[in-house]
Amino acid sequence: MNEKMESVLKAISARGPLEADTSVKGASAYRVQTELFGHAARVMKDQGLRLVAEWAADETLFGRGFAVFAAYAIDGSYLVIKAELPVDDPTFQSLTRHYGAAFRFERQIESLMGLTPAGHPDPRPWIKHEDWPRDAWPLRKSFDAAKPMERVSGEYQWVRAEGEGVFEVPVGPVHAGIIEPGHFRFQAVGENIINLETRFGYVHKGIEKRFEALSWPQAVRLAGRVSGDSTVAHATAFCMALEEASGCVIPERASYIRAIMMERERIANHLGDIGAICNDTALAFLHYQFSILREKVLRTNKAVFGHRLMMDSVCPGGVLKDIQVASIDLMLEEARSVSEEFERLIRIYENNPSMEDRLYNTGVLSPEIAKAIGAVGFVARSSGQALDVRKDTGYAPYAKHCPKVPLLSSGDVHARAWVRVEEVRESYRLMKEFIGSLPSGPIAAEWGPPQPGASGFSAVEGWRGEVVYWVSCGPDGNINRCMVRDASSVNWLAIEQAIHGNIVPDFPLCNKSFNQSYSGHDL
Amino acid sequence: MLRILHQIFRTGIVTEPLDTEAEARVTIVGRELEKEVLERFRRSLTIRFVDSGSCNGCELELVAVNNPLYDCERFGIHFTASPRFADMLLVTGPVSRNMEIALKRTYDAMPHPKMVVALGDCAFDGGIFGESYASLGSVGNVVPVDAYIHGCPPSPEEILKGILKAVSGC
Repeated sequence: MNEKMESVLKAISARGPLEADTSVKGASAYRVQTELFGHAARVMKDQGLRLVAEWAADETLFGRGFAVFAAYAIDGSYLVIKAELPVDDPTFQSLTRHYGAAFRFERQIESLMGLTPAGHPDPRPWIKHEDWPRDAWPLRKSFDAAKPMERVSGEYQWVRAEGEGVFEVPVGPVHAGIIEPGHFRFQAVGENIINLETRFGYVHKGIEKRFEALSWPQAVRLAGRVSGDSTVAHATAFCMALEEASGCVIPERASYIRAIMMERERIANHLGDIGAICNDTALAFLHYQFSILREKVLRTNKAVFGHRLMMDSVCPGGVLKDIQVASIDLMLEEARSVSEEFERLIRIYENNPSMEDRLYNTGVLSPEIAKAIGAVGFVARSSGQALDVRKDTGYAPYAKHCPKVPLLSSGDVHARAWVRVEEVRESYRLMKEFIGSLPSGPIAAEWGPPQPGASGFSAVEGWRGEVVYWVSCGPDGNINRCMVRDASSVNWLAIEQAIHGNIVPDFPLCNKSFNQSYSGHDL
Repeated sequence: MLRILHQIFRTGIVTEPLDTEAEARVTIVGRELEKEVLERFRRSLTIRFVDSGSCNGCELELVAVNNPLYDCERFGIHFTASPRFADMLLVTGPVSRNMEIALKRTYDAMPHPKMVVALGDCAFDGGIFGESYASLGSVGNVVPVDAYIHGCPPSPEEILKGILKAVSGC
């Protein structure tokens, strides 16, 4: 624990008791009295900690009531603060006044668990569409998840802008292209956007509740399908949380293979997205060129790991698929040929004035706002926030192979694209380094379910950014609650901020430059 | 500009013939396809795509179907932004409760004759998400499906072959 953490804990305990919670593994955890939950957040804010996630759990199976959790981070250390709430008065102090990121976390807690964040500025449900029964709180243990829900009537209250010449453009949930569903509502005057309001929840499949009905091995499969494009990151983060909770130490070779897959996932997605950004500026030529490179990477994945997206390759205790000598040659050859083509394409990208015209100063997310909403991943790194879990916590094997983290501060579409250009280069460098120092030995360790009541916290750097899991084991040895926080859960807040001052036709380009997951957000 | 032209000539044509060995796993169900449908769709097929709750894995492979190596347009297959122009509704994911109405509306907005192809294991039976308060499971529970293409996700090759198989009705 670092000095900062100690001074934070001292400041919180000055107002009331702070009790260490040793049942949580993978992060420092403390219980506070309900009245101090908000106070703790204020102290954290003053000390410059970032709010990572806020969630609730139903602990009635343990003979307790509800619990609300907030996870904070600074300098690679994670701190979890828990407050217990009685069943008959499940109210807690809203943290939104201190942290913008809490805005949607708390709407979600209220919608799905039925706990009230006192002092929250926006009482509208989130994820829970208006046609759900009011008292349907799926994350409560008393809720029967197998039963279909009836539809009731209701209407979502949109933020309105009025005045001469103001009109609305509703977009979605079904979009023009091959993308996921979500609703965007613009208020505009002419082409200029006055306000954008997003509304999600369309792909809510009840993932967090589903975890509670699955065995641990099945749960890994589910984690791998929270967001298909980040399957390795999610499966790894889930397994790390489980391994923390059960005290399982994975073999070194397994951590290297996981990291190789994570870097390959990053490369494949960045290649696709850089191309898609070019497509949205009408430079279809580069889109097709980058998609050829992406296809090469996916084909190598198929040959090496047996699946183009590397789904179901990670298991509790390690990985399922070992890397053979022939596979190493394949990956190195791909790294050589793709990098060479990539550099050629980037020269064209850099020297194209029409690209420059569209990408620079478009969709600016200022460093101040990025910090205020708790943005993570390449979105944060394009807006001056030097956050990268690989470097910050140095989870295996990154402590031994420290990544160079690119950092830009202009926060525009160009920055978000360029950070990814640098990351493709860096990921190939890391992948070659991992292959060069791949330790020998087994690829998986024995593991068992955690002790009842134990929980594990984990964070990894997926290609979009920080992916966080917290999984707790119930009295019967199965999952009691699994909290999933994809990078998208916080980064989606950014698009509404970045779009101010832009024109409606630039929205697809801005949105593509963020490319957040709808499925990872809606869960 | 010279660099672009140079790169185009360097790349050449990369489109590959469909692998004859790869077999798409397709389940043809529901009504007998009308002769008229088959005749109309054989040369040009316009698809309206809807993600009704997918994890986005199927979308990645569906995007890949459009890349130069698979180039679906050579078979006359092309994706449209409007259901009004569509011959086929291609659906991925289990149908989430929150997408049910949007999916039905998209189906209703399409002109006759129309066919529905459900893509991926989740669209077949709900997959790992199953049926719950939030998931209605199979696409067939919400709109009449003509064919299911299996896989998690199906590869671009399987998707292309599956679509062609669904259109030829065998």
